[in-house]
Amino acid sequence: MRSGPAFAAGLFRYLPIVFLLLLWHMASTFHLVSTAVLPPLSSVLSSGYDLVSTAEFWDNTGSSMYRGGMGLLLAIVIGGALGIAMAWWKPIRYVSSPLVEIFYPLPKSALIPITALWLGFGDASKILLIFLGCMLPVTIGAFNGARGAEQTLIWSARSLGASRWRTLLDVVVPSALPELLNGARTALALSFILLVSSEMIVARKGLGYLIGFLGDGGNYDAMFAVVLVVAALGFFADRVYLAFARRVLRWRE
Amino acid sequence: MDSAVLDRAAAGGAQAANAQIVIDRLSHTYRPAHGRPVLAIDDVSLTVGRREFLALLGPSGCGKSTLLYQLGGFLPTETGTITVDGKKVQGPGPDRGIVFQHFALFPWKTVRANVMYGLQRMSLPKAEQERRAQEFIDLVGLSGFEDSYPSQLSGGMKQRCAIARTLAIDPEILLMDEPFGALDAQTRHLMQTELLAIWNRSPKTVIFVTHDVQEAVYLAQRVAVMSARPGRIKAIIDLDFDRRDPHLTKSKAFVDKVDEIWELVRGEAIKAQAGKA
Ligand SMILES: Nc1ncnc2c1ncn2[C@@H]1O[C@H](COP(=O)(O)OP(=O)(O)O)[C@@H](O)[C@H]1O
Ligand SMILES: [Mg+2]
Repeated sequence: MRSGPAFAAGLFRYLPIVFLLLLWHMASTFHLVSTAVLPPLSSVLSSGYDLVSTAEFWDNTGSSMYRGGMGLLLAIVIGGALGIAMAWWKPIRYVSSPLVEIFYPLPKSALIPITALWLGFGDASKILLIFLGCMLPVTIGAFNGARGAEQTLIWSARSLGASRWRTLLDVVVPSALPELLNGARTALALSFILLVSSEMIVARKGLGYLIGFLGDGGNYDAMFAVVLVVAALGFFADRVYLAFARRVLRWRE
Repeated sequence: MDSAVLDRAAAGGAQAANAQIVIDRLSHTYRPAHGRPVLAIDDVSLTVGRREFLALLGPSGCGKSTLLYQLGGFLPTETGTITVDGKKVQGPGPDRGIVFQHFALFPWKTVRANVMYGLQRMSLPKAEQERRAQEFIDLVGLSGFEDSYPSQLSGGMKQRCAIARTLAIDPEILLMDEPFGALDAQTRHLMQTELLAIWNRSPKTVIFVTHDVQEAVYLAQRVAVMSARPGRIKAIIDLDFDRRDPHLTKSKAFVDKVDEIWELVRGEAIKAQAGKA
């Protein structure tokens, strides 16, 4: 019933993207830019169409998604747990916060050669890289959220018979959740950056590798198609994430 | 007159024989991470009888909440002791339920889940938990809102939910920290009447913190007046009104009592203001 207007509203919202694609199309049809710089949209789409029917493409996509998914999952679970633990136990805070402060501003791409040196060119080095590179925004969000847990809520739980451990799970964790999930969204965006750049540099598989491989081989149409695929994946991952977060936090409405 | 009142306070009032809570020379100092220590309550001794309704009255900032949090076991005790039924208070426990001014409901839980929370900690059978939760939701008049989240309720309804959550675990002692302070005048009056009705039906020991003299006189059997910070017990006044009388608050005896206690509090309120300036 509301899908008609909602669809129209969605279309309207993404009109600038349609406009941009149109601009792209016109740029090449009217020879405004050389096709060596920007291949025509139509040839990009048609080589993209050819590409998605190959097993190779899906193999690369699958391995990228596995690496990104695993790395991100570890970053969210371990990073979130660390942030909450830092808020709840002083000793953990004293040990961890200088480390967090030092590593937070470090450009995480600097870890690409290091994780490759440790774990090679396969999945493990990418998972470790994404885990390390994406965990701090989650940790900091979880920490701030948990620190902000209302004292009277903690006291209420305690006086209703909850142990300290239960209070941590039942009050501090949900209090941390809104900011933790915000950090996780940042982590999601970071994970795409790290994934693609590390695959372009040190991998034999994955969408980033495919971009580099196609580019080196001069197959620019297909290269642009893969870039579009990565952009679309990032966009959908973010939308799905937002819907998930909204559902988890529905009590706030 | 003041000294006679104080003597009685020292003796622990008429309820001494029936004492349930004994606060003995309790002080509390806050030590903030930044800034200087704050002596919030100083050398407070007070005895509360079983099933007594005691109001703790004083200007804001005098240490009422601090004293209540001490009773709740939420703050460490450095000087002095608190015993409940002869046992030293050493932490929070379900024998002492608490209701906060700003409700402190779990915002991610529905009304039912909030009320169930304490029951789930008691290892009751699930069906019994649900029955008790419903009983107290009905008692406070929240039937039909079981599945609402706190953000969907009015202030009065939130406080009803918080009261139901606390009463559901049947604590012997009910600690209330300005529970109606955040409500509009009409709702506040309604809630006061309902609290008295609940207390009459199943009397518990109630320590009710307020800065509202009329509220204290209307609800309590005894009023402990606290001095400006650092809080001390300045006077204890026994009350003996028939709360079933619908015209009570307009009777001369009631109005006079409010005036008398107001005189005691006013001096402290002025001091508290001066202390802030
Ligand atoms: N966590 C705290 N740290 C430092 N000072 C505090 C803290 N909590 C309360 N105080 C101070 O202690 C005094 C008593 O506070 P409180 O018990 O909340 O008073 P009341 O409930 O009567 O308004 C006030 O002056 C207040 O500023
Ligand atoms: Mg207070």
